[in-house]
Amino acid sequence: MAITFDDVRSVTTNAERARRLFGYMRQLPMIPLFVLSLLGFVAIFADVIAPHSELDPVKPTSAQCQALYGAPDCPYLEDVPPFWSEGGSLTTPLGTDFLGRDVLSRLMYGARISLIVALMGTVVAGTIGTLLGVIAGYMGRWWDQVIMRVTDAWLTLPSLVFAILLLSVRGPGMWNVVLVLALVFWSRYSRAVRGEVLALRERDFVKLAEINGISKTRIIFRHLIPNVMNTVMVLFSLQVGVAVIIEASLSFLGVGVPPPEPSWGLMLAQERDAMMEGKWWLAVFPGICISLLVLSANMLGDWLRVRLDPQLRNR
Amino acid sequence: MQKYVLIRALYSVITLWLLVTIVFTMVRLSGDPVEMKGEIGSDPAYTQQLRHDWGLDQPYYVQYASFLANLVRGDFGHSFEKSLPVTTIYFQRLPNSLKLGFAAFVISIVIGVPLGMLSALKVNTWWDSLGKLVALLGLSVPGFFVGLVLIIIFGVNLGWFPVLGKGQSAFVAGEPSTWVTFWFRDWGHLAMPAFALGWYFSGAMLRISRSGMLDVLGTDYVKLVRLKGVPEAIVIAKHALKNSLIPILTIAGLNLVVMLNVAIVIEVIFNWPGVGLLLYDGLTNRDFPMVQGVVLMSGVIIVLLNFTIDVLYACVDPRVRLSR
Repeated sequence: MAITFDDVRSVTTNAERARRLFGYMRQLPMIPLFVLSLLGFVAIFADVIAPHSELDPVKPTSAQCQALYGAPDCPYLEDVPPFWSEGGSLTTPLGTDFLGRDVLSRLMYGARISLIVALMGTVVAGTIGTLLGVIAGYMGRWWDQVIMRVTDAWLTLPSLVFAILLLSVRGPGMWNVVLVLALVFWSRYSRAVRGEVLALRERDFVKLAEINGISKTRIIFRHLIPNVMNTVMVLFSLQVGVAVIIEASLSFLGVGVPPPEPSWGLMLAQERDAMMEGKWWLAVFPGICISLLVLSANMLGDWLRVRLDPQLRNR
Repeated sequence: MQKYVLIRALYSVITLWLLVTIVFTMVRLSGDPVEMKGEIGSDPAYTQQLRHDWGLDQPYYVQYASFLANLVRGDFGHSFEKSLPVTTIYFQRLPNSLKLGFAAFVISIVIGVPLGMLSALKVNTWWDSLGKLVALLGLSVPGFFVGLVLIIIFGVNLGWFPVLGKGQSAFVAGEPSTWVTFWFRDWGHLAMPAFALGWYFSGAMLRISRSGMLDVLGTDYVKLVRLKGVPEAIVIAKHALKNSLIPILTIAGLNLVVMLNVAIVIEVIFNWPGVGLLLYDGLTNRDFPMVQGVVLMSGVIIVLLNFTIDVLYACVDPRVRLSR
């Protein structure tokens, strides 16, 4: 009797498949993946799940107004504490800010801003940097000289300081921050990618492709770029965390995402005075959000680095 | 050696030239410096006047030439707000930044290096896990958040440390007596900003000293010393520690670059009158020459610093100067 395809497949039982899947899952960094997918989910569906608007104050009930101001009607309640402390309520679980806006809703929309800016900025920077790095490494000669000299000079400029200068001429705005992040960070990629390409271009498959008369563009896109993607992915995941911090710092300094948008860095900056009066929750929640996002991005980056970079496996 | 220094100096000059060219082009590509000063609805004649004063109405190559010529003469522009040369204000503020940076540097070494060494010596024990955790937190929790938490706990609630400013002691260039007192007074003011700034670097220091120590422990000469029966304590203290310090010192030098980044936000939070706060004031006063001047000055200082590190390296390690 001939062995059919179905027979071979039936050798792996469902239980075994489940065990294998479980074994694979166990190697994944669960905590950072969970936090990142949670933040990503919140960012995408902020419109649906946020309890209040991120820009308009929460309308207080007349009982709350009566208790605070002695009048049945008032526009908003500012600096309401979180629900577990005295004076807090479950309608605004994390309290309200200095304009009576719901902190939880603003944090949710803030996740969207942080993730868009950090991911887009890093993707654009990675694309520019990878292309230039491959060109420098593969074309060699004066391409290499010019691109690498510029890269080195670019790397000496402190990133936040440079970003501040560019944004001060460009003006604040979310997409301007993305642009500036790309302009500031591409040089990290080109340096790493160029080193990788220098080794790759001596390999047989590149030599054979050259002998076969394949064009340089095709070699770059079909043979070199797929092979440097590991390095780029590792750098990418580590840079996302840096980009989040830079975005928060820029918004904190007032050149990043402009008010009234709910950027986490901006929320921190706006609540400094309230914090000095002892209203700690206003600054602590956005700070925790930034830290959680960066922490998970870094943990994922470290995990990727160990997985994708064989030289580092034993560190 | 002379040839090496000469080549390095040439590279530094090229880097400097590229750096100012990058700043020049990127500023003009990104937007109009006058826009920063001109608020909505401001007089067009005023912006026109400003454009003329800053030389922005001239063709680009003329602007570029005069920009370069001014920089070569050491003129980094005039602050619009304070009508003083940017360099003058910069050097007035620099001692404060250095004091903060140095304190942060010491803190990062005190936290990072011993813990990094311990986790390298006891790989995969709970010391190692602790080290990994501290490094991860140091790199992930932004300094400004640490600063705010410190202010809430120790400044507002406990009242142990003053929250703002750097205290009374000042660095006066003409009076030698202030040079020493400046460094050793007002620790209370220094404590919180220095910790917030040093926090980030302790994570980096920890990682570097751990991997540096691991590298050294795997080398042949450490194995040989161990084979000879030398006690483990001496192997570590005398043979391994010294050699693992080299990468640590390199990174410490390079950290100064990153410190410029982190310090801005820390200085703003604690109102520490350093170079970062100068940049921030330039931003809030819409003082473009000030902002550009501070950025250029930081770039120049970093290039000079890199040059010094390279030369010092060549002095210490003959392999470096022969490889070129």
